[in-house]
Amino acid sequence: MKKLVTALLLFGAFAFAEGPQAVAIRSARIVTVSGPTIAKGTVVLRDGLIEAVGENVQAPADAWVVDGPGLTDPMSTVGIPGLAPASASATIGGRGGRGATTTPASPAGAATAAAPRSMGPEDRPQTTSWVLAADEIQPSDPRIATARGAGFTTTVTFPERGIFGGQGSVIDLGSAEKAGDMVVAPAVGQYIALGRGGFGGFGGGFPSALMGYIAYVRQIYLDAGHYKLLKEAYAKDPRGMARPAYDRALEGVLASERILLPANRVVEMDRMLRFAAELKQPVILYGMKEAYRPEAAPLLKQYGSPVLVSLRWSEPARDADPEQVESMRNLENIDLGPSAPAMLKKAGVPFALYADGLDQARDLQRAVKRAIDAGLTRDDAIRALTLAPAQIYNLADRLGSIEKGKIGNLVVTKGDLFDDNTRIQMIFVDGKQYKPAAETPAGGRGPVTEPGVNQ
Amino acid sequence: MKKMLLLGLVVALAPLGAENIVIRNATIMTVTRGTVKGSVVVKDGKIAEVGEKVLEPQGATIIDASGQYVIPGIIDCHSHIAVDGNVNEGSISVSSMVDIKDVINPEDIAIYRALAGGVTTANILHGSANPIGGRTIVLKMRWGKDAQQMIFQGALPGIKFALGENPKRAGNPQGGRGATGTTVQARYPATRMGVEDVIREAFNQARIYKADWDAYDAKVARGEHPIPPRRDLKLEALKEVLEGKRYVHAHCYREDEILMLLRVADDYGFKIRTLQHVLEGYKVAKEIAAHGAGGSTFADWFNYKMEAVDAIPYNAAIMQKYGVVVSLNSDDAELMRHLNTEAAKAMKYGGVSESEALAMVTLNPAKQLGIDNRVGSIDVGKDADLVIYDKYPLSDYAKVQKVLIDGAVYFDRDKEVSGRPQKEAEKKKLLDKEKQLQQQQRPQTGRGGRIG
Repeated sequence: MKKLVTALLLFGAFAFAEGPQAVAIRSARIVTVSGPTIAKGTVVLRDGLIEAVGENVQAPADAWVVDGPGLTDPMSTVGIPGLAPASASATIGGRGGRGATTTPASPAGAATAAAPRSMGPEDRPQTTSWVLAADEIQPSDPRIATARGAGFTTTVTFPERGIFGGQGSVIDLGSAEKAGDMVVAPAVGQYIALGRGGFGGFGGGFPSALMGYIAYVRQIYLDAGHYKLLKEAYAKDPRGMARPAYDRALEGVLASERILLPANRVVEMDRMLRFAAELKQPVILYGMKEAYRPEAAPLLKQYGSPVLVSLRWSEPARDADPEQVESMRNLENIDLGPSAPAMLKKAGVPFALYADGLDQARDLQRAVKRAIDAGLTRDDAIRALTLAPAQIYNLADRLGSIEKGKIGNLVVTKGDLFDDNTRIQMIFVDGKQYKPAAETPAGGRGPVTEPGVNQ
Repeated sequence: MKKMLLLGLVVALAPLGAENIVIRNATIMTVTRGTVKGSVVVKDGKIAEVGEKVLEPQGATIIDASGQYVIPGIIDCHSHIAVDGNVNEGSISVSSMVDIKDVINPEDIAIYRALAGGVTTANILHGSANPIGGRTIVLKMRWGKDAQQMIFQGALPGIKFALGENPKRAGNPQGGRGATGTTVQARYPATRMGVEDVIREAFNQARIYKADWDAYDAKVARGEHPIPPRRDLKLEALKEVLEGKRYVHAHCYREDEILMLLRVADDYGFKIRTLQHVLEGYKVAKEIAAHGAGGSTFADWFNYKMEAVDAIPYNAAIMQKYGVVVSLNSDDAELMRHLNTEAAKAMKYGGVSESEALAMVTLNPAKQLGIDNRVGSIDVGKDADLVIYDKYPLSDYAKVQKVLIDGAVYFDRDKEVSGRPQKEAEKKKLLDKEKQLQQQQRPQTGRGGRIG
């Protein structure tokens, strides 16, 4: 049976060189996410969209047909592996840092000595709020294929430099010739970091302490509010009024409909939720290492903000001094961390899972499996990687489930996605079929939400 | 079942509020009215009655303190605990836009340890890297509560100033003194003259800022609708200082810089609320008293740097004799745990009375922080922030038995000691589990995503 499937896949890849307009996946168990799972049905993709899905759907005559009981579990996956990367080359398919290079910046004190020292919020330190990740995507980035191989058809990728990195973009992980063809939504939120984790080389200057970062963000939002007032007054009647100076940092902030803030500890969740409320900004928190703690879910529930839970669960410190005994809190984080999704689900906190740099299929599968072993249902696990993020970013009308008219993003597996032996057979992005590349033993981008990011 | 147990444990550990408590048979050191033998009655978080014979409310929890001592909760006027991240925004000379309130870490174990040393309230300060540092906040050591619930509501916020060697030190590492990392360009100022200039220049700006806002407020009061001036967090804090809405806590050592700051404050029409450390305060105590500044000093810490060579352990007592409100502070998470013995040193060296010595870690810091109507002594109507010692508190042998804040027990030595085996067992269980997990994982290779 397995051999048959392999043969089909090879055929499929070959056939695709010609590029048929329609694909029908027949006799498959279809996890629609938005509705009930169809035990045996057909999905038809055409022109990049889902044309039909259901038990009694007929494969169109012109469709390339994927057949056989061996193929199961098509699943559209919206993942967010590129959320909050620590290295400067983190924008998926994007250029790293300021320049067009993908060389990761070395830690603090690297060679960008030319950067002028910031003497306060007025200097807009480490701010590129006007940047859109979509403008920096490079379709040739090899990480696109890696993430796709892990089952991600879509990613939300953020420019991660500095404090105000810019706005994230939702992109489909297909092999487009033009970067613009990959973009589903160019601006979905301003990425704010509150620490030095991952961006070095700023040559000192303000801010340097966590409270300095927070004060800077606060001042920016005060300035943005004032800037808006002045601009509106000037637009209404410019005569006799000093022209407000154009400030791209504030333009970028004002253009962002939501912000993303880091929070791993419960203390940080409380701090960031209060802060976002003070700034009057809709917020998505990311990290959530301590979301398993009993006080976390009620706190998050109280504010109603959605959260992104990193799949990079806490682990024992590597190469740690064997004499050093871990703190009780760390031990609890390691032991109970993966139970966070189940607890959030139970409490009704909107959440999604994100890869946090785990872009190898096997690592991801294992990480999700740990959440399942800790009480998350398989359906909820899939939802947390598909419809839930689509809803969080307000894109559930086009992504996140297998429904007629939505974007043709599917994952086809043989067996249950989270079983150890299951391998992804094919991935459809914008209706085009891809095969997962062989897993590379080394890859990834290193840890993403640095524990020091908000401390 | 396990969850139920856990929940039960959480409930049991959480301090109970609104409970009536009677502390019986104690030696009560009130600070304001000498020592009383008898009971303290706590109702609704406040001290309801103190005396030999009291009316015990029905159903009150009784704490038998036979042979034990009760003092008001200790107040530390200079601490840096419970802060996430660096306590210095040392990148700039004036960092009054930053606020300790934003980075309170209610899970810092130093809070619990301070409690175990009888501290119930602490003034949490920004570091001393800048002539004008960050905003400060007064916290109650309500261990187990969240950041907002730690805040001493009603206490005026403050701001840290710093004079002398720390702010003028050139080439501080990024993040200020004590931080690791690359040394950045030298930052102005590099001399004591420069420190004064930075403070004056900041207040020149603050005056202009204040005038702009005053003009705006006047227009609004006249019914006009002008566009408000830009809010500047840096100058806003200094405007509050000019308006007397924010206390200045100034780190200083030498007599010359102390006089300099008092003159600057007089010139700009604001008050220095406390001089912190103020090791040479004894040389200019008369001037400090005339300004109305408090002095918060070390008991006998000296000679650890050039500007501390003239420190003497009589400093607290001498300043007090000249009419300065004097407190003894810790500036340190460890010293914070035995401020009672720091007070005792003032008796040994300066010959101050028992009540005066105790006041230096209770009522006097309360006065300096403007919260003496709420805490600092065992008087009816004040917050029930109480410490029970097993022995005479101004002694090395005294151990804290219980600490109450707002009438709730936040530290209980018996519970702490008896709870240790269980905590250790829980930890061992997790450690064994982790070891097992690591052994299972050892043969694995090619953990792709981890490398990068």
